[in-house]
Amino acid sequence: MIVNPVAGLGGAVALKGSDGAATIAEALRRGARPRAALHTTRALDALARRRGDAQILAGAGALGADLAAGAGFAVRTVAPATPVETTADDTRRTAAAILAEGADVLLFAGGDGTARDIFDVVGAALPMIGIPAGVKMHSAVFARTPDAAGEAAARFVDSVERSTHEAEVMDIDEAALREGRVGAELHGYAATPRLAGVIQSPKSAPRRFDEAALDAAARDIARDLDPARLYLIGPGTTTRRVMRALGHEGSLLGIDAVAGGRVLGLDLTAHEIEAHLAATERAGLILGVIGGQGCLLGRGNQQLTAAIVRRVGLANLTILAALEKIAALEAGLFVDTGDRELDDAFAGYRTVHTGPRMSSIVRIDAARTATAA
Amino acid sequence: MTRGTAHPWMANSTPETKTAMLEAIGAPSIEALFHQIPADHRLSRPLNLPPTLSAEVALKRHLVDLLKKNASAEDNLSFLGAGTYQHHVPAVCEEVARRAEWLMSVFGSPMSDHGRNQAWFEFCSLLGELIKTDCVGLPVYSWGAAIGHAIRMASRINGRREALVVKAMSPERLGVVKTNCEPPQMASHIAVTEVGYDPATGRLDMDDYRAKLSDAVAAVYFEVPSFLGVIETEGAEIARLAHEAGAEVIVGVDPSSLGILKAPPDYGADIVVGTLQPLGVPMNAGGGVGGFIATRDEERYAREYPTLMISITETIAGEYGFGLSLFHQTSYGMRDEGKDWTGNSVYMWAVVAAAYMGLLGPDGFRDLGHAIITRAHAAARRLDAIEGVRVVFPSGFFKEFVVNFDATGKTVAEINGALRARGIFGGKDLSAAFPELGESALYAVTEIHTEGDIARLAAVLEEVIR
Amino acid sequence: MTGLRRYHAAVWDEPVIMEMGAPGRRGILFPPFEPGLAGASEAGDLIPAGMAREDRPALPELSEPEVLRHFLHLSQETLGMAGISLFGTCTMKYNAPVSEQAAWRPQLAAIHPEQDEETLQGLLEILHEFDLILREVSGMDQFVFQAGGGAHAAYTHCAVTRAYFAAKGELERRDEIITTIQTHPCNAATAAAAGFKVITLMLEEDGYPSVEALKAAVSERTAALMINNPDDMGIYNPHIKQWVEIVHEAGGLCFYDHANFNGVMGKIRARELGFDACMYMLHKTFGAPKGGGGPAVGAYGCSDELAPFLPRPVVVKAGDRYRLDQDRPQSCGKIREYFGNVPQVVKAYAWARAMGAEGIDEASDISVLANNYMEKRLLAIRGITKSHPDNDVWRTEMTRYSFETLKEETGVGVLDVQNRMIDFGIDAFWLSHEPWIVPEPFTPEAGEMYGKEDLDTWIDVLAEISREAYTDPHTVKTAPHNQAIHQLKGDALEDPARWAMTWRAYRRKRAAAAPAAATISAG
Repeated sequence: MIVNPVAGLGGAVALKGSDGAATIAEALRRGARPRAALHTTRALDALARRRGDAQILAGAGALGADLAAGAGFAVRTVAPATPVETTADDTRRTAAAILAEGADVLLFAGGDGTARDIFDVVGAALPMIGIPAGVKMHSAVFARTPDAAGEAAARFVDSVERSTHEAEVMDIDEAALREGRVGAELHGYAATPRLAGVIQSPKSAPRRFDEAALDAAARDIARDLDPARLYLIGPGTTTRRVMRALGHEGSLLGIDAVAGGRVLGLDLTAHEIEAHLAATERAGLILGVIGGQGCLLGRGNQQLTAAIVRRVGLANLTILAALEKIAALEAGLFVDTGDRELDDAFAGYRTVHTGPRMSSIVRIDAARTATAA
Repeated sequence: MTRGTAHPWMANSTPETKTAMLEAIGAPSIEALFHQIPADHRLSRPLNLPPTLSAEVALKRHLVDLLKKNASAEDNLSFLGAGTYQHHVPAVCEEVARRAEWLMSVFGSPMSDHGRNQAWFEFCSLLGELIKTDCVGLPVYSWGAAIGHAIRMASRINGRREALVVKAMSPERLGVVKTNCEPPQMASHIAVTEVGYDPATGRLDMDDYRAKLSDAVAAVYFEVPSFLGVIETEGAEIARLAHEAGAEVIVGVDPSSLGILKAPPDYGADIVVGTLQPLGVPMNAGGGVGGFIATRDEERYAREYPTLMISITETIAGEYGFGLSLFHQTSYGMRDEGKDWTGNSVYMWAVVAAAYMGLLGPDGFRDLGHAIITRAHAAARRLDAIEGVRVVFPSGFFKEFVVNFDATGKTVAEINGALRARGIFGGKDLSAAFPELGESALYAVTEIHTEGDIARLAAVLEEVIR
Repeated sequence: MTGLRRYHAAVWDEPVIMEMGAPGRRGILFPPFEPGLAGASEAGDLIPAGMAREDRPALPELSEPEVLRHFLHLSQETLGMAGISLFGTCTMKYNAPVSEQAAWRPQLAAIHPEQDEETLQGLLEILHEFDLILREVSGMDQFVFQAGGGAHAAYTHCAVTRAYFAAKGELERRDEIITTIQTHPCNAATAAAAGFKVITLMLEEDGYPSVEALKAAVSERTAALMINNPDDMGIYNPHIKQWVEIVHEAGGLCFYDHANFNGVMGKIRARELGFDACMYMLHKTFGAPKGGGGPAVGAYGCSDELAPFLPRPVVVKAGDRYRLDQDRPQSCGKIREYFGNVPQVVKAYAWARAMGAEGIDEASDISVLANNYMEKRLLAIRGITKSHPDNDVWRTEMTRYSFETLKEETGVGVLDVQNRMIDFGIDAFWLSHEPWIVPEPFTPEAGEMYGKEDLDTWIDVLAEISREAYTDPHTVKTAPHNQAIHQLKGDALEDPARWAMTWRAYRRKRAAAAPAAATISAG
């Protein structure tokens, strides 16, 4: 277990996150109180209800050992305590120690920044479950509630199959956000337990048969591509299915370009995409829905600038997403290209392909002010 | 709307209770509760229905008066079969079927409706022994529905879109199969190709079968016994050829034959379907039908079932428990992504069939099979002896046989009309669906038919064909 | 515990029938052959070579009383409606014994469907008279009863839709069916199984999809709209007439899945709202028993325009006689053998006659009143919220609630509560169809049968369980404690190595697992 003891400090005092020592100092100065400890305790209580016998590997002191011992667990300290303020380095160091010691599942308290720090170390080698305690939680590794996180850990350990799925780790550029701009990067795919109803946006994680349906839909899309058109595909696991249906692996985290079944480029920058577009008459865009928040453009795919989207044309857009993911959205999809006019033009109802010969009509809104509030 | 007297089926129909509930929620009137329905959507007048019969005395009289206008197969001597059979319904089966606990149950949970779930599992287990398959789904609407689902399972398994089915098949069932396989305009249409039968034996025409079998065929379907009553003897060869072509073999059976006839997997069936009506369910004017689907316990089949499946498992205290398995692949779990669809079916008949199979046991099924095949052959011989009457396939049948009346110069319709006037329901008229058989009827004889019944039929037939 | 009534289920530890009995016991005998038949050939000689069964089926051997007592025990280990069952979307009704009695009379039970029409006049009259009742209730022009359940009636609509557009030469083009995420999943499933593409509309803020979403979905490819209204959250889509107009303008058909009819009986008529077809579940709304999952009937009705395409046969009245009309050249064909689960139709007819016009209207009044009464009391219980709380209309006969708060605050979720409810003799409640839009959902439906005291008991039990969740969650999470068996361990049910749909499979897998287990315990 890893606790980022200062997670969530920023939110309560209207800072967009808690990354960086200066921000933390400013938050503490403004009177913020960490909620990581409170949420972690709730998660541990939930874990104890099912698996009070679990042994917990944790960083010393505020990094987790104190809370775990307080909840009555047998604790083994794997990383030394940090005297005053903890840093991302502490998180990474503890994660590396836990990975080395060998654990069944990694429970962590924090936000997107903490998730990213841990993911950098453990990758998909160790299933992780986030106890929601941060300001930003765009990543799909977070449980809906602290209790659910503890329960998920217990259920996962108890389950026979220990089945996991790929969950997006995303993080917003906090410096940009504090300047009033929104930008989220898709950082990678962690492993998180596949348990109904406990991970954040529970249906944003496709189930096995949803995956079969998405694969079939991807094959349909791949079959029907116009050979004379340039297609921009990605990012994410959903649209990677289209790349695979075309016989290519795809870059997963980036935008790939294909035309006539041939890959023109992988993981392209905005500049490279523009160059490809300049060399073609007709283009199409195949998008998935990144993360559990319902963002179609502007989170995790900043390479697709407003200019690029305009050049491709809104009529040439194909969206692929699991029905359950769409149904779980509280308020439809949204776009946030940074170009208000384009966002407004985008707004309305569009087809989302959800399976073979299955689709949904989903409302798409222009960027919500909530992200900048 | 107000009534002077409370309705016996509605406890809350007294004005006092309604008022108490309205006061509790702070609504001015019941009408106010319907305000979310726009006024122009509302029916502007009271319903105009026949007079109310809220007194049971009057209702019962009315129902009995109507039903008395029917003439039953109990008051008459019936030789109708063709998919619904007059077997003996053991009194225990009726007693079990009318127990309110499960008759009125809806869904419950594996713990609250444990007994019913166990009875479902026992149905699958008992049937599994009879047909020798490890995997049996909970029942589907009918035998025809089971064939349709099985063909679609096969098509999902091997991706092919043609089914070969025996021509000697119930028109009722064939109609259902064709509906389930979709018309040609649909993208997912499965072509249904009929394979002829040998006019001498009634068994599958192997030459026609070989000619039509190809690597485009998803499944081959035949029945033992066939619709015309004949026991197919080439099952193993039909299956071998189908497997060689990469097709699934689907066999339809009448379980009342399985005490004495080979179980379909013994001659190569991959998917076994059939009717459960003979297993203690009344004919109910056709409302007694029900079907089943069964296979080997292999994932490639198990994961394609459209039905609910019930599995034995255990509780936290180590007791037996019975829970739904593979639920997520049904339409309940997956909506349009599910394997076909499921819903209410004929689960009460599964409980009845379980009691029936429990009563019979191995010796009961053997004796039942012997009784049927012996009585049916005795009847066939007796009818065949009548001048002008010919049994078309005189050997190798189970409980039904085709009787031809061409030489009498009379139609089946005429003969059946005359029989009916004398209290006998003659066999099903085949002349429309099987014109090649001329004026023929399909006669069904079961364990209920006595020597006297057979003699009476013969005597009356001799009289009416003159 | 409060003043709640004590309850405990029957516990019989009943063995599986496959383990019972003893060799040689008989549960039934068949009569010996009469003298004239005794001389007939041996049965073995009548079976074609190679087709005789060589093995003895491994069925149990039991005496008749052992079989009866076994099934009596199993029936007693079934809670069903013996307690209070408010199973939402299934509309729990009184299943009067008078109609059950009628259905088991030989004049119905011992009728063969291929009998001559002259011998079926009473039955056909009932079918026709009930058709007339449903026509009046819905405004439709013709009903048929072949569909063996609600899902099957939805499938029937798909088949009728195919035949209708095939006759117009438009079937290749019209290959899309539109439904909504809160419409019963059988609509989407049967549309897909019938070969259509399925477009699913999502809910918006008011609890139903917007008119704009529908407009974006319809096109010259639209074959039909298939929809529930009100949905099972108890919210009525007030734009439904406009919906029908939009679909009709695009040339599509509109099908009203009346699964939730109890809240609007006598209040609205599907045909007057513009719908071309509708479906009623006779085993739900019309008082026939559910049998734990059938035999059931989805009564399918449609307009004159669609009637030629109905499945065969259709019961018609000619003069004072009734006929089964098989000669319908434009029919979509056969949906199921024969003409329906007619005993259930007879029971539904009995229900409708016993209720009458006034009673049916009053039943709707009572079920809506009772639901709102329950809602008031349930929302006062700690840990319970309802869907779309901002839409503050009086709900119809159902409300969708959520235990999300309870789960967050106590760890006790909806399945735990469901397991605990049955400890008080309360039948497991309905959660929600997939996908769950509301977390930890549950959906009780009061209906018109249960009295206010029963509803109060149901609510009191839930309040007690909420209290337990906050004070003693362990008791709730390990429930049931008063049932025939304890909580199921579900992990084997999805494991191919351990699931067992038959005793054969169970014995085989248990034997395969046994040596491994023995090794572990020995080690």
